[in-house]
Amino acid sequence: MPLNRDFVGRTAASTEPFEVTRGDIRRFASAIGDASPACHDPAAARALGHPDLVAPPTFLVTMGFATAESLVMDPELGLDYSLVVHGEQRFELHRPVVAGDRLDAQARVDGIRDAGRNELLSVVTEVRSGDERVATTTNVLVSRGSAAPRTARAGQEA
Amino acid sequence: MPSYDEVEVGQALPAQSFSLTRADLVRYAGASGDFNVIHWNERVAKSVGLPSVIAHGMLTMATAGRVVTDWAGDPGAVVEYGVRFSRPVVVEDDDTGATVDVEGVVEGKLDDRRVAVVLTATVDGSKVLMAARAVVRLP
Repeated sequence: MPLNRDFVGRTAASTEPFEVTRGDIRRFASAIGDASPACHDPAAARALGHPDLVAPPTFLVTMGFATAESLVMDPELGLDYSLVVHGEQRFELHRPVVAGDRLDAQARVDGIRDAGRNELLSVVTEVRSGDERVATTTNVLVSRGSAAPRTARAGQEA
Repeated sequence: MPSYDEVEVGQALPAQSFSLTRADLVRYAGASGDFNVIHWNERVAKSVGLPSVIAHGMLTMATAGRVVTDWAGDPGAVVEYGVRFSRPVVVEDDDTGATVDVEGVVEGKLDDRRVAVVLTATVDGSKVLMAARAVVRLP
C-alpha cells in the first residue's frame, strides 16, 4: 500500500523541552567510543570556548525521533514499520548542543516520493532553544516495496 | 587542532579502524533509545531476512564521525554531517564483532573558516556509508 501523500507538510511538535544533561552527553559519547575531553570534562569544554559539555554531532538522534515518531507512526500514513530501513540522515548544527540546553523540536513531513518499488519518506526536524535555532535534522526512511504499481504508459496501451 | 589556514584540499585525515561488538550495540541502544530488536536479537533479525544482528545505522554514522571530531579536536566544530546508509553492518556474536575502517579526505575549503571532509567507511572492503560528508569550522 502506498503511503498517504496527504501527510506531506504535516507537522508535530515536542510536548515538553528535551533537557540535555552532562550525564546524557557522557553516556552517549561513551556509547560511540568518543573520548573527546570536551564530551566528558566541563573544564576541557570551557577551554574550547563552550559553556559546558559538548554533545557529539549525532547526539540529537536521542531526541529527534520521539517527535518524528508521532508523525510516521500515525496509522493514517500507512507506514508498515517492519518494511522500513533508515536511508539517509543529516544534521545541520547551527551551534553545538551543550549540557544545560532545553530544546524544543518541530518535525515536518518534507516529502514522500517513489524510488523504484520503494518509497522515500523524508522528515525534517527543526530544533530550537527558545527562539534560537540550534539544529536542523533530516531523516529519510525507506518504505520497502510500498510504491504504487506503475500504470501502463499511454503509448503502450493497445 | 588543525587551523583553517594550514589545511590543504586533498589532505588525508588520520584513518581509524573501529570494532563494533554486540556489547557496543546494546550500549548504543541504551544511550540512543533505539531498541529495535534487529540490533540485539539474532532470532528476530534472521526471521526478517538479515544474516544476523546488524548495527544501528546511526551507530555506524557516529563511529565514522569520530575520524572528523578526533582530527578537529572539538566535537563542537562539526556544523554539518550527513550520510546515506548503503549496506548493513552485520555484527556476529563473537569477541571481535565487525571492524569498520574509516578514512577521511579534505574535499574543499569553504567560506567562514569551514572545511568539507568526505568520509569512506568500509567493512571487509564494502562501503557501508555513501555520500558521507562533514563540514567543520576550524580556528
